[in-house]
Amino acid sequence: MHPAFSVIFLTTLIGAGQGLYLAMVTGQLYSIPRFVEAQGDRFYAVGSLVALLFLIAGLVASFFHLGRPERAWRAAAKWRTSWLSREVIVLPIVMALVLAYGLAHWMVWTDPLFEIGALKVDVTLLLGVVGTLASLALFVCTAMIYADVKFLQEWHTPLTVFNFTFFGAASGFMLAAAYSAYLGNPLVSFYGTWAVILTFAALGSRLAHLYRNAHIKRKSTVQTAIGVRHNTLVQRTQGATGGSFNTREFFHGRSQRFVQNVRYLFLILVFPLPVLLIGASYVAESPNLPILAFVVQYVGLLAERWTFFAEAQHPQNIYYQSVA
Amino acid sequence: MTQLALVIDLNVCVGCHACVTSCKEWNTSGWAGPLVDQNPYDASPTGTFFNRVQTFEVGTYPNTETVHFPKSCLHCEEPPCVPVCPTGASYKRPDNGIVLVDYDKCIGCKYCSWACPYGAREVDEEQKVMKKCTLCIDRITDAKLPERDRKPSCVLACPTSARLFGDVHDPDSEVSVAIRERGGYQLMPEWGTKPANHYLPRQKTRMHIDLDELTRVDNPLRKEDLTTYTGEETLDDVAW
Ligand code: SF4
Ligand code: SF4
Repeated sequence: MHPAFSVIFLTTLIGAGQGLYLAMVTGQLYSIPRFVEAQGDRFYAVGSLVALLFLIAGLVASFFHLGRPERAWRAAAKWRTSWLSREVIVLPIVMALVLAYGLAHWMVWTDPLFEIGALKVDVTLLLGVVGTLASLALFVCTAMIYADVKFLQEWHTPLTVFNFTFFGAASGFMLAAAYSAYLGNPLVSFYGTWAVILTFAALGSRLAHLYRNAHIKRKSTVQTAIGVRHNTLVQRTQGATGGSFNTREFFHGRSQRFVQNVRYLFLILVFPLPVLLIGASYVAESPNLPILAFVVQYVGLLAERWTFFAEAQHPQNIYYQSVA
Repeated sequence: MTQLALVIDLNVCVGCHACVTSCKEWNTSGWAGPLVDQNPYDASPTGTFFNRVQTFEVGTYPNTETVHFPKSCLHCEEPPCVPVCPTGASYKRPDNGIVLVDYDKCIGCKYCSWACPYGAREVDEEQKVMKKCTLCIDRITDAKLPERDRKPSCVLACPTSARLFGDVHDPDSEVSVAIRERGGYQLMPEWGTKPANHYLPRQKTRMHIDLDELTRVDNPLRKEDLTTYTGEETLDDVAW
């Protein structure tokens, strides 16, 4: 497939935004039993605002993917059958909940509404829990857009959903560590540790995905494509000399070597480098290293998403092997 | 239920592209606006087509055979491109089974093209919406046209009658008979899309003549005939 930058930015930006929001709620939850130091409401409010900005940036990027962005509202129509439609509905819901969560903290609406045992439930906690569920649902919707297309055998696996979720969560917690480091806040090691754990989870799931894809058995062949039973069967012309939508949308146009190099690049930028940087930041107590760790990992995720698209081979490509 | 479809006879297709050009001509001149091309007269001409004729070579030289292969939307009975469309712009008509795109609803997200294993959908780079074969819906349903003209443009243009058009759910239609009696098959059956369009396979036309069919060994006249002939007409030479 041709990697479209609009979609690469959309999926990585909203992933980081959702992850940062999950990190804010996690921080709040951990502070209830005093596992970590409770933060002022402003910390969560500004963190949510940053998460919202990432979500908005992702949404803006997605419009560049559409031929007719002015009709985008129509995409909410077929949520019963289309994962794309579901994403279009869940994304604004998540954005609204992130905004509401941040606002509730900003306004310090923290008087308990009711109590469950020793747990005092206030507006922020309720919004946090609902927002977390919506955020996880958004990860599933986004990933299922790809995992649901059975023709793209590289994508048609639950591993796609795990990858999107772990990558998004890892970069979001990395961003939370960077945010805390920037404020000089003690939560940096808490978020940093979670970011490393999630990064390792993502590594496991992505390596399993790469292994699986290296052993894919193609369902379609040129024989089934045109229905002629002969082992020696090649295309001589594809019916157009100057290319077509089919050659632009479904081929990445780079050498296998280039794809392989981008794969090595993301394997380095997403996994060992940020983990080392976070580790070094503990030792050096540097406020800049976690920020650098997030930036490095985000750039790596762009490369990861690029390969994700470039890896996928569509069966229609069988019909577009030779120009003349 | 009716399911309109094309049946394409690979045995007689000569790869002349008449269907491609007549399709383009009809569908670029209709109510839906042009099917736009880019650089039509330049080095890399490209554009949107509903129908393409491709060529494949079977076997190794000199034992090769050339197969011309026209390809357009197959109007699948289980169209995977329809449920993925977020807007409902892609739909399958319940009355005749044709899969269509509502160009006024399409947002140009291209998701449906990912969900078609045949590469039958092409974006119009000018109108920014998805396009594909309509089986000339505006023509076959036009009651003002005489009955013989209510067929897709490509079918009428084909000089070798390689393209048959009709209802594949009617067992007595020309297309159903052709599929049944001449080994009609579907493309990429492994995906369960159940394409409505079918293809008729290549076949060798061979005639077998035995030696004794050349002389009438059982001709009683000749067996017992004692006449000596001198070049005149005999009963065997008379054409009945
Ligand atoms: S051939 Fe492709 S575009 Fe046409 S109905 Fe089937 S899946 Fe859809
Ligand atoms: S490109 Fe148009 S027809 Fe295709 S899925 Fe998107 S909105 Fe539907």
